[in-house]
Amino acid sequence: MLTQALFRALDRKAIWLIGIFLAVAILVPMANLLIPPGQFGHVPTYLVSLLGKYLSYAILALALDLVWGYCGILSLGHGAFFALGGYAMGMYLMRQIGSRGVYGNPVLPDFMVFLNWRDLPWYWLGFDNFWFAMAMVLFVPGLLAFLFGFFAFRSRVTGVYLSIMTQAMTFALLLAFFRNDMGFGGNNGLTDFKDILGGPIQAQTTRAALFAATAIALALSVLVCSGIVNSKLGKVMIAVRDAESRTRFLGYRVEYVKLFAFTVSAIMAGIAGALYVPQVGIINPGEFDPANSIEIVIWTALGGRGTLVGPIIGAIVVNLGKSWFTTTLPELWLFALGALFVCSTLFLPKGIVGLWHQVFGRRQKPIGAAPTQSSDIEKGEDAASLSGNPQPKPAE
Amino acid sequence: MSKAQDTMLYLNGVSVAFDGFKAINNLSIIVGPAEMLAIIGPNGAGKTTMMDIITGKTRPDAGDVLFDGRTDLTRLDEAAIANLGIGRKFQKPTVFESHTVWDNLELALKKPRGIFPTLFYAADAPDTARIAAILDQVRLSHRRHELAANLSHGQKQWLEIGMLLAQDPKLLLVDEPVAGMTDSETEETAKLLRDIAGTRSVVVVEHDMSFVRELGSRVVCLAEGAVLAEGSLDQVSANPLVIERYLGR
Repeated sequence: MLTQALFRALDRKAIWLIGIFLAVAILVPMANLLIPPGQFGHVPTYLVSLLGKYLSYAILALALDLVWGYCGILSLGHGAFFALGGYAMGMYLMRQIGSRGVYGNPVLPDFMVFLNWRDLPWYWLGFDNFWFAMAMVLFVPGLLAFLFGFFAFRSRVTGVYLSIMTQAMTFALLLAFFRNDMGFGGNNGLTDFKDILGGPIQAQTTRAALFAATAIALALSVLVCSGIVNSKLGKVMIAVRDAESRTRFLGYRVEYVKLFAFTVSAIMAGIAGALYVPQVGIINPGEFDPANSIEIVIWTALGGRGTLVGPIIGAIVVNLGKSWFTTTLPELWLFALGALFVCSTLFLPKGIVGLWHQVFGRRQKPIGAAPTQSSDIEKGEDAASLSGNPQPKPAE
Repeated sequence: MSKAQDTMLYLNGVSVAFDGFKAINNLSIIVGPAEMLAIIGPNGAGKTTMMDIITGKTRPDAGDVLFDGRTDLTRLDEAAIANLGIGRKFQKPTVFESHTVWDNLELALKKPRGIFPTLFYAADAPDTARIAAILDQVRLSHRRHELAANLSHGQKQWLEIGMLLAQDPKLLLVDEPVAGMTDSETEETAKLLRDIAGTRSVVVVEHDMSFVRELGSRVVCLAEGAVLAEGSLDQVSANPLVIERYLGR
């Protein structure tokens, strides 16, 4: 059963993508470590971390695409799951600092000493263990998504209402994490990390290893997503996206399908956050900012939702643009981002991937592609046709 | 209730009001096993609302709705009712447009509907044979790999009937199946529904009188949420009330 699912997951496109990211996982660290600086082909360490950051964003965009592109749930709060995964990793990294902090306390992180706390809060216990922290990276975002989704989907909250709720969720977490009493470092968040798994976090080899881990995680995410969307469950997800009530009348429990997709997606977003934090060296409540979550939607929309490669391309392209803009024309970046979103909505409804198919004349649509250009929020047509009111029609 | 025991569908004294407007008013209808029933009536008579009540989309304010003589449908939701064996075809053909014809049928095929059975589902030989047989029956074999969006209106109607067959229901609720069909297609549909009614119960809502005549079944005329007349098509269409309220207009 599992082998069959794996076989199905590895279609031609997925094999290509996974192959590319596994190759990148090997080649980029080699180009950084083995080719001496100044020589052709050398990848400087700062660039390794920057690319690693892009790849963690790509995992996040892929996670959003699973719920939005394939299941029609427009989450405007996926940054929350990303940040929670990041915080779980940050807590492990804080505990690794030990007595090397400014205050030299062997157990308490600096900000707790500063707040005159005497003991570690209960929810920090266990985070000195890497594997426990990694379990929490999966568990905490997964649990939040499960609970949120359970109540939202069971009550049949859909469309814009659901989007607004996800936005409120991430905003509530933003406010909560800003408070010093929460015990997550308040405004400043968690930073000044020293070691990860015994290796110094700033070291070139650690950076290269983190990059490789991110690229491999991306390849695995592609594998998991491909397995899901190529299965019958993936077809049910698309059915839910296009005609939710119809799917229900076929006997599928739409709320469970959505809950599954939402939870899997949140766990992927958590993993992305956990890989992001050690590479940028900080996690603070700013990651919960609703604007961040909206940016993820832009990456996915620009790349092409409802495809596996689209969100990955979108995340990398937009963030390359962001890096370039914020160094050369910093004040123009937000305008460029806005223009990008407007243009991709107007001219590229299926994103870069859709443009590719158009230009290279592939007649067959990708299986996940939306049938019309109408926004997923406006599923009114289907809903109207299934509503209780008989439509006017001339009698014989 | 002794009468309810051997029915497939039993509606007794069902009422539902939307904002004070009584869409269904003390409606009682019985459909026996392997029986076909045609429902006619003017717009707003409550035909679609009746289907909504049976399939769990709308909860009645009062009355009994029993399936197979014992299951109370008013307590179940859409998915549970569908899994009991009630299939529904909608007024406007509703197929999954971004899926192929084949995948539409595969989704409808009677199989475990849970998350994990669906995730690890692989079509076995009997499944593919069943889908192929249905494709033949609804004459879409040559378009099996096309997206459902590319089908004509009539073909979508057929595909939806095919999805109903794939669900293997005990009771079929069919809302205006021949809208947008040519005369010969209409004839074929009537034949297909008569065949189906040999083994299952079928409720058809239709405005097309010649189609209803071809079905040759018992007819119920609804008006203002209640039964106006009942009997054979000739009896019903001769009823002065029916002529006044529905046919005469």
